[in-house]
Amino acid sequence: MTFVAPPPAPARDQTSPDQTLSADEVLRIRNDFPVLHQLVNGHQLAYLDSGATSQNPISVMEAEQEYYEQRNAAVHRGAHTLAFAATEVFEAARATVAAFVGAAENEIVWTSNATEGVNLVSYSFSNASLGLGGPAAARFALGAGDEIVVTEMEHHSNLIPWQQLALRTGATLRFIPVLPDGTLDLTAAAEILNPRSKLLAVTHASNVVGTINPIDDLVAMAHAAGALVFLDACQSAPHLALDLAALDVDFAVFSGHKMLGPTGIGVLYGKAELLAAMPPFLTGGSMITTVDMQTAEFLAPPQRFEAGTQRISQAIALASAVDYLSHTGMGRIRTREAELGRRLVEGVTAIPGVRLLGPGVGVERIGLAAVDVAGVHAHDVGQFLDEAGIAVRVGHHCAQPLHRKLGVTASTRASTYLYTTDDEVDRFLAVLAEVGPFFGVPR
Amino acid sequence: MTSSAMQQLYQQIILDHAKSAHGAVAELSALDVDAGAAADGVRQAQSHQVNTTCGDEITVRVGLTGTGGEARIDGFAWRGAGCSISMASASVLSDTVQGTTVAESEAMLDLFREMLRSRGTIEPDEEVMGDAAAFAGVSKYPARVKCAMLPWVAFEAALLQLR
Repeated sequence: MTFVAPPPAPARDQTSPDQTLSADEVLRIRNDFPVLHQLVNGHQLAYLDSGATSQNPISVMEAEQEYYEQRNAAVHRGAHTLAFAATEVFEAARATVAAFVGAAENEIVWTSNATEGVNLVSYSFSNASLGLGGPAAARFALGAGDEIVVTEMEHHSNLIPWQQLALRTGATLRFIPVLPDGTLDLTAAAEILNPRSKLLAVTHASNVVGTINPIDDLVAMAHAAGALVFLDACQSAPHLALDLAALDVDFAVFSGHKMLGPTGIGVLYGKAELLAAMPPFLTGGSMITTVDMQTAEFLAPPQRFEAGTQRISQAIALASAVDYLSHTGMGRIRTREAELGRRLVEGVTAIPGVRLLGPGVGVERIGLAAVDVAGVHAHDVGQFLDEAGIAVRVGHHCAQPLHRKLGVTASTRASTYLYTTDDEVDRFLAVLAEVGPFFGVPR
Repeated sequence: MTSSAMQQLYQQIILDHAKSAHGAVAELSALDVDAGAAADGVRQAQSHQVNTTCGDEITVRVGLTGTGGEARIDGFAWRGAGCSISMASASVLSDTVQGTTVAESEAMLDLFREMLRSRGTIEPDEEVMGDAAAFAGVSKYPARVKCAMLPWVAFEAALLQLR
């Protein structure tokens, strides 16, 4: 492995917050990601699957290692020095992540992944529906006649837990349809959100079509109807400056491994007053004040929702990832990825027989593009790209209803991140253009 | 840029079968409502299999006359959606097992499975396996073995119901 030392990056204060990353800066960034520097099937790896999972910079891996080498201890208990040190870095990690998304520290709950965060809220609502949490939790109670609203664009993780909540409580699940161009039907949304709506669960950015949804409008509509808003920020937190307080969403989730962090850590955000009123989902150690043989009193959030031994090293590593992103600048990452998204979109739409799913040229999207190659199954497309060292995602990307709506069962998705080069996108486009001819699809 | 590895995996036989698949039907009930066949003592069963990795799916329907190992495959139809490997495999399966005995088709199934699990170490006998030998290249791609096996697994499950 040989590294070419790039020229020094410009000093931070000379750079506008939204200025794109230069080619030299991207090369410097790539040097922090060892996994990118390898051959796959004889070709330099082009990793275009960051939408599924991102890669880790050395600093993140070192943060996790440093924790185990120097501080490993149980947090929030024990009176020895290591236990204090562990608790200190664990809570500092919470503060780092909270600041990153415009939240207060007590509004950040650690989970194993984003999916667990969705389930945590849905089961807490279930418990509230059974009367747990008392009158304060009545606002989360659902029953027959109540409505949960999702969208047709959701990842299964932000759909199935709500389907199950509806089944458990007798509430009705409704959904905001997706238009053929891959955007949400806001006219329909205005009709669907009504005083029976208790919750709107919506993704900030689509993991398939790349659309950035108008969360301001949706929050205004939902709140006017009296519904709470649950935001899936898995595809936005890694790619743009996220200010959850400014968005005024009530809950949000995102996952560590999509934003340069390790697997096994996710984040649930909830407005402080809501978390304070919500009954717990998982119960047990570390989330109680006093316990007798029949009853228990619970701690205030966030500990109320963090039963059992926590994902300490993962939380610390995620904070390190957040530091890396903040240092680079989320505004700059967003600008850079908009460029990459544009390059992808313009490129794929120029290839005969390739259909882009979602908004076309000129509409801002996160740095990804999913395509359908006429006459060739996505799995075959992915195999062909892999042979050229290009890693993409194929399949339904955990969004079967959206694919069905767009008239396909599976698609091929290239997704970018701050370490993606123009050359990688161009290689993807060049090989994608060869797929149809190889499989004998007539032009 | 098309590599020889790609051509080994996607042999022309596979691409041809994928493009004009044999034994594929739009409606499986066509086989089901063949009253003549039923009167002749044809027993039928079907199995639906899904590859959860990619969402490929297939339903295989088999008709059988007689009993035991000497029972004969009398009617075979499938319906599915998937990648070229799985669709071509279903087409080849259809050609391979039509009219054979259960014992013969099970022997072929064992050969096919053994070849696919060999990670490229088994050189198939084309005389014995016919077009099914073209899938030898798939065995070097562990992620695609499931694709090739999907129709055969459905066939095996349908046969099992008739045992």
